[in-house]
Amino acid sequence: MIVKFDLGSFRSTKRSEYATRFVFGGAVTVLAGVIADKFGPRIGGLFLAFPAIFPATASLVAKHQREKKQRAGVHGEQRGRLAAGVDASGTAIGCLGLIGFAVTAWKLLPHVPLWDSLALATGIWAILVVSVWFICRRLL
Amino acid sequence: MISELLLRFVIGGIVVSMFAMLGSALKPKSFAGLIGAAPSVALATLSLTVLKRGKPYAAVEAQSMILGALAFMIYAWLVCRLLMRKRYPVLRTTSFALIVWLVCALGLKLILFG
Repeated sequence: MIVKFDLGSFRSTKRSEYATRFVFGGAVTVLAGVIADKFGPRIGGLFLAFPAIFPATASLVAKHQREKKQRAGVHGEQRGRLAAGVDASGTAIGCLGLIGFAVTAWKLLPHVPLWDSLALATGIWAILVVSVWFICRRLL
Repeated sequence: MISELLLRFVIGGIVVSMFAMLGSALKPKSFAGLIGAAPSVALATLSLTVLKRGKPYAAVEAQSMILGALAFMIYAWLVCRLLMRKRYPVLRTTSFALIVWLVCALGLKLILFG
């Protein structure tokens, strides 16, 4: 299957769902900062990869799939759960990219300007996740 | 202090929302799921940390983040298995499994860094 970008999803997402993501994202960023201040960078760093936004995102994926199936006259509970499961499988692959990001940032930050380090780390993340996803699609 | 927390909240909220919007627009679902592990919180936090505490401190955070990401991978794999094979509700499954992330992350930290 070819990867697609569906602009219609922006219209089908409610304002409250955007607000939920904003609030969760903001709260986790504050939490990571407060934990680093209290317990030091070793513990604080762990929370840079805390999946706090994931439960909200997975629930929205399941809800959208369930509503889509219900509009078609089918009980969509099971399909919603499976869609969230497939989303989680992609996220597990995405974690390889997150590790790549962290290793790059760890090695580059002390020697390279901040924005260059973060841009390179993000580039490594993107290349890794897309490559591994395509490899998994071929093998599985 | 309050203004710094507010700045963190706004920057974190914006970065996470942008990645979430990107993820919701991508298909198929397994590809969109990749964005679920985007470095959104890390981008917001590391940039603010460098400005406040300097690069060596942020580098230590990034090194610890490797363990957090490993724990995230275990968490996502477990959630995937539970949702595909059992009939547990999505929000309850994904929320309770956060305990697994915490145990794995702190356990790895204790083993590797003491």
